[in-house]
Amino acid sequence: MKLVLRKRENISRRAAVLVPMISFVVALLFGAILLAVSGANPWVTYAAMFGGAFGSLYGLSEVLVKTTPLLLTALGVTLAFKMRFWNIGAEGQLTMGAVAATGVALYWARDLPGWTLLPLAIVAGCLAGALWAGGPAILKATLNVDETLTTLMLNYVAVLYSEHLYYVAWRAEGYNSGTERIPQVAWLPRLFGRAHAGLLIGLALAVVLWLVFRYTRWGFELKIIGSSPTAARYLGINIGRHIVMTLLISGALSGLAGASEVLGLAHRLQQGISVGYGYTAIIIAWMAQLNPLGVVFVAFVMAALLVGGDQIQMKMRLPASVGLVLQGMLLIPLLAGSIFREYALEVVKPSHGLDPDEGEAAIHG
Amino acid sequence: MVEILVFLGSILTITLRAGTSLIYGTIGEIYTERTGILNLGVEGMMLCSAVVAFAVAYYSENLWLALLAAGLTGGTLALIHAFLTVTMRANQVVSGLSITLFGTGLASFLGERLGPESNNRSLVGLIGPRFHPLELPGMSSIPLVGALFRQDILTYALFVLVPLAWAYLYRTRNGLNLRAVGEDPQTADAMGINVIRIRYLYTLLGGVLVGLGGAHLSLAYAPGWAENITGGRGWIVIALVIFAMWNPLRAVFGAILFGGINAVQFRLQASGTTIPSAYLNMLPYLATIVVLVIMTWWEALSHRVGAPAALGRPYMREEK
Repeated sequence: MKLVLRKRENISRRAAVLVPMISFVVALLFGAILLAVSGANPWVTYAAMFGGAFGSLYGLSEVLVKTTPLLLTALGVTLAFKMRFWNIGAEGQLTMGAVAATGVALYWARDLPGWTLLPLAIVAGCLAGALWAGGPAILKATLNVDETLTTLMLNYVAVLYSEHLYYVAWRAEGYNSGTERIPQVAWLPRLFGRAHAGLLIGLALAVVLWLVFRYTRWGFELKIIGSSPTAARYLGINIGRHIVMTLLISGALSGLAGASEVLGLAHRLQQGISVGYGYTAIIIAWMAQLNPLGVVFVAFVMAALLVGGDQIQMKMRLPASVGLVLQGMLLIPLLAGSIFREYALEVVKPSHGLDPDEGEAAIHG
Repeated sequence: MVEILVFLGSILTITLRAGTSLIYGTIGEIYTERTGILNLGVEGMMLCSAVVAFAVAYYSENLWLALLAAGLTGGTLALIHAFLTVTMRANQVVSGLSITLFGTGLASFLGERLGPESNNRSLVGLIGPRFHPLELPGMSSIPLVGALFRQDILTYALFVLVPLAWAYLYRTRNGLNLRAVGEDPQTADAMGINVIRIRYLYTLLGGVLVGLGGAHLSLAYAPGWAENITGGRGWIVIALVIFAMWNPLRAVFGAILFGGINAVQFRLQASGTTIPSAYLNMLPYLATIVVLVIMTWWEALSHRVGAPAALGRPYMREEK
């Protein structure tokens, strides 16, 4: 008797929903073992994480605060991943967005009327993010340079540049780090607690992107390029142009995330703007299976994990990186389980007269 | 004249020291990619093995045990990647990314949790045993070339490992088989080569070597543990594999190039240059992009393909 994987005729919807949920449970179990081995009580820790994230209005507002950049960057990543362009540079694109928004709000638009600052800073943030993703996109479209490495390397460049700005070039007088505070006219309005209007922009864009994927030709073409570049070429789709256009928008979304962190939350460029949201965005996009509405939900859950991690650091003196370990662990069972969307596991008894070699790549049981 | 030689010699010494972890990583990743498996988890594997190596060395005071632990750590993470991509046929890019994301988080957690009570359970800032440079008497005083003989034992091991890795890949039956799996798994399978086994085996081997590279960081190059000890070296390794055209001998040139950039950075910073340090620190990352562009361009112009033909593609026997 052996176990055999057989290709399904249709993608299993049940597996598509079940696998991410099971992955979440597996990640929590793994985290529990790790916590127990390292001498912490997993139950107490998880309860504290949950309580920290949802136990108070303050906690909930902090979850929404972190949902905002996660949602925007994950939408950007989703857009690029849809066509299998591996943009793992959301972190750098976010950082450059924050830099440009700060630049406009503090320096570059001094002579313009005050009310123009907020829209200009947002646009500048989007443009900077677009530029940061556009470079690798052009290199990919023209010379076929590997995009995973170029987008990733630019993360380091962007973060170093922003550090140079808030530690040296733009440092506010009398401080060790951080720029001057941006003028209040350029602030995004707050919703409650520290949660700000950036969240609403993110939610609106998620819906827009969902509609685009579902109803427009452009969305359709992206999916074709992602699933089969050869087919896309036969259909006369200009892949190079799509890569550049899509990546400009993908980068702009992450740039917007950075701009909204400055304009809505920090009100200055300072340490703590690039804390890895752009990497978590990769996990979110894949967990949500590149569905923009799914991204909203997963971004919220991931934000809760991060806030929970911060809480246990403050209250239990456990490392906040527990949240990061759990997030990192999520993708592993998810990837392992994804096969069941396309393949069904069947038990084959050779005595039934079936050719035991049929449908190979078997897992011997 | 003598001063210039001494100066260049010292740059070369640092270059080799900085390049060692890169060479281990690059050779490991070359072996993995040669079987058709792209493992983007190098950064996470390096970080995890660096922290484990330091922790084991700190408590056991046994550097060899620390190396063993680092190899096992890199190998274990690589096995997860092999399981996901070979058995479960997951997307190799996403699987590798997940190993890096998981490894980064885990390394950070371990670094804050494995330390002694007296240091708040953190490993940061502790001093443990390390591999010291061993000067070979006589040899190390030769101008310039002497730089080769002022290294630690992990760097000396490369003098054997690099040619061995090359010879195994190009001059043995096993090497031929593993290259066949990366170029054309269908044909290799038809010839009776066990594709699955070979992919698992060399992904594991790659992970062990990457782990040793990580150990060199925390036990020799920058002894101790700091959150971001790799500084993107795992990613630079991936670029170096392309730069080396998947050839272990050429990995040395790439590592020397990047080790050299590190050495020049150090020298400039020490000399009190007016260039902001942030811009100097960007150099390796910008250089990686430049190297990639040049290599891709050159490959296109000369119609040479360095990458194994089946790189990144899962092997499915039933879907010929």
